Amino acid sequence: MTAITDIPDAPRAARRPQIGNPVLHWLRKNLFSSIPNGIITVVLLMLLTKGIFSFVQWGIANAVWLTPTNDSSACRAARGLGACWAIIPEKYRFILFGTYPFDEQWRPALSVVLFIALYYVSTRRALWRRELVYLWIGALALISVLMWGGLFGLAFVSQDRWGGLPVTLILATFGLAFGFPLGILVALGRRSKLPAIRSLSVLYVELIRGVPLVSLLFMASVMFPLFMPAGFNIDKLLRAQIAIILFAGAYLAEVIRGGLQAVPRGQYEAADALGLSYWRKHRLIILPQAIRHVIPPLVNTFIAFFKDTSLVLIIGIFDLLTTAKTAIIDPAWQQFSVEVYIFVAAIYFLFCFAMSRYSRSLEAPTTPK
Amino acid sequence: MTADRPRPPPRRRLFALGRNELKGLFWQVLVVGIAVAVIAFLWSNTVTNLSARRITTGFAFLGREAGMPIADSLLAYNPRDSYLWAFVVGVANTLRVAVIGIVLATILGTLVGISRLSANWLLSRLAAVYVETLRDIPLLLQLLFWYVLMQALPAARAAWRPVEGVFLSNRGLILPAIPFGPRQLAVLGTAVLGCALFYLVRRWLVAQQMRDGKPRPAWPFALGLIIVVPVAVSLVLGVSWTIEWPQLRGFNFVGGMTLAPEYFALLIALVTYTSAFIAEIVRSGIQSVPRGQWDAANALGLRRSFMLRQIILPQALRVIVPPMTSQYLNLTKNSSLAVAIGYQDVVSIANTTLNQTGQAIEAIALIMAVFLTISLSISFFMNWYNARIALVER
Repeated sequence: MTAITDIPDAPRAARRPQIGNPVLHWLRKNLFSSIPNGIITVVLLMLLTKGIFSFVQWGIANAVWLTPTNDSSACRAARGLGACWAIIPEKYRFILFGTYPFDEQWRPALSVVLFIALYYVSTRRALWRRELVYLWIGALALISVLMWGGLFGLAFVSQDRWGGLPVTLILATFGLAFGFPLGILVALGRRSKLPAIRSLSVLYVELIRGVPLVSLLFMASVMFPLFMPAGFNIDKLLRAQIAIILFAGAYLAEVIRGGLQAVPRGQYEAADALGLSYWRKHRLIILPQAIRHVIPPLVNTFIAFFKDTSLVLIIGIFDLLTTAKTAIIDPAWQQFSVEVYIFVAAIYFLFCFAMSRYSRSLEAPTTPK
Repeated sequence: MTADRPRPPPRRRLFALGRNELKGLFWQVLVVGIAVAVIAFLWSNTVTNLSARRITTGFAFLGREAGMPIADSLLAYNPRDSYLWAFVVGVANTLRVAVIGIVLATILGTLVGISRLSANWLLSRLAAVYVETLRDIPLLLQLLFWYVLMQALPAARAAWRPVEGVFLSNRGLILPAIPFGPRQLAVLGTAVLGCALFYLVRRWLVAQQMRDGKPRPAWPFALGLIIVVPVAVSLVLGVSWTIEWPQLRGFNFVGGMTLAPEYFALLIALVTYTSAFIAEIVRSGIQSVPRGQWDAANALGLRRSFMLRQIILPQALRVIVPPMTSQYLNLTKNSSLAVAIGYQDVVSIANTTLNQTGQAIEAIALIMAVFLTISLSISFFMNWYNARIALVER
């Protein structure tokens, strides 16, 4: 059992005057405060040094950074000793953009930039106004035009050729953009006084939350054709997107419901007293407050989502993870999947870490230290 | 519908609905109407499509021969068994990974959560890095990563031996095991019974102490009930507890217990991923205990372990248990990612069934039934536990 900070476990001795080297003082205070702590520090340092040393040896010192195009012999020679980072420059276009026509890949690249700009703009508190909704609609429309083409002299690219990072971002962003209004409606439905609407909402939320996303995706990929009239079929990507929207709606509904419960009763009564209709009451008074309450958990739900879009791999949609997995099918490069997975993990990590930092910065002012 | 109105208007006639009630009725009829119409539309399409493909709906297919191989299963299975049995085997596989995963994730997560609060700077930073890294990378990616590492392990002949008798190779993890029969089970049963009895005895001892304030040691009872009695039973029955050591014969191992690479990768991925979330829950739970409680316990001169057990933990658990429930549910649902690496859990088997028989609706219904049952059981147990540790206002 290690000691726990913040807890005085014995009456504190009068603060020792700080003598001598501040570095030594810091070391003594944080790493060698007691004998067990000292032992922990030494053991951890040993393990850490060993770990870092072998990683540096594998990942940097013995690594192969560049090879001639489509020649993995240098990598295979170093196999077991060093990483083959050369696979990344070799395959990055495929991993990032899938089978999108090579000469047109500036379009998905620009879409990714647009997505990131859109996320950045949405995090600015000063811009949380109605115009943001129009901005989202505009940006998503622009991205659709870029990806599909067929307009303004852009060649048409069918969505079975889309792949990689844009697909991941599309699934996550559109899932959110449609799942969010759906979630609001369902959350309101769950708190409605009308029994039929309430039970339908409860049924929807509990059924979706009760089963794994994988089974919903199977349903979308296998059962959807059964549900539709003969001859009518829609694209696989769109079907997965629908499953993700339905999934998002149920989880977001629960978060938003928490926010609705946190709005004081007086606010409802005041809105009623003003004679506002149900929809105006919620749009103008209740929802703005409810959503503000739950922004940090909403961001956490977005993170979970962003990660969950990777599950479309199981039904064979070319998102970032699937393109990574496909890139290493190539027999010449087959043995270097660890490197590719680390590369893709870094991309996911950057997005999720940025979001979680943001969520924490939102929480910070409300929890004074 | 009018639950929070002060009181219904007097002398209300049956059909004299107010304006608001009419509006409410209208909306309900509209929404339910749309829902029914959509479901009816989907249903009629499905029925037409199924009959066009000559698939009869219903669960009769469960009796047919499954014919699918299941490589790694807890229960005895062969491809000539029925679909129903294949399903049961799948459920057992799901439970095998979920239950062990929950236990291990809880232990690891608690350790990491406590480490994050450690006074040792290095330890707390390392724990923070662990949590941040694992939380921000998709589970499926981690799973594929672990699986690739498993496959990259040396062949059985050159297996790693971290400890004597433990082999790690591309055949999975092989551990020494004790062959288990009914007599061993009887001894284990006695021990479990002993634990239950000890729990009652301890309650009684605490009640006694509450009355007269004299502390009574509980450990002799623990020793007797949990160790001495089962050992005696074991001696009387003459149960052998020889450990079976795995041995390399030819290209494979004989004896011991094998965790297949798929199972092992899935278990590692689920445990490490979930433990990162549990660590955060444990940390915030411990931090939620007000400082004054620590100070008060110290002022009473309580021993540290006693203080943690009797003062801090009971209060921290109140904050920890509810979010822990949802982590357990997540772990169970996430175990369905097994399909990506070919571990045959219930979702994977249902999916194969679906592809073989075309009984899509039935297969999905079975998945839903299984997961809803597991979810409800976990929620039920955790709610019971939560109620037990909840604040008792006096």
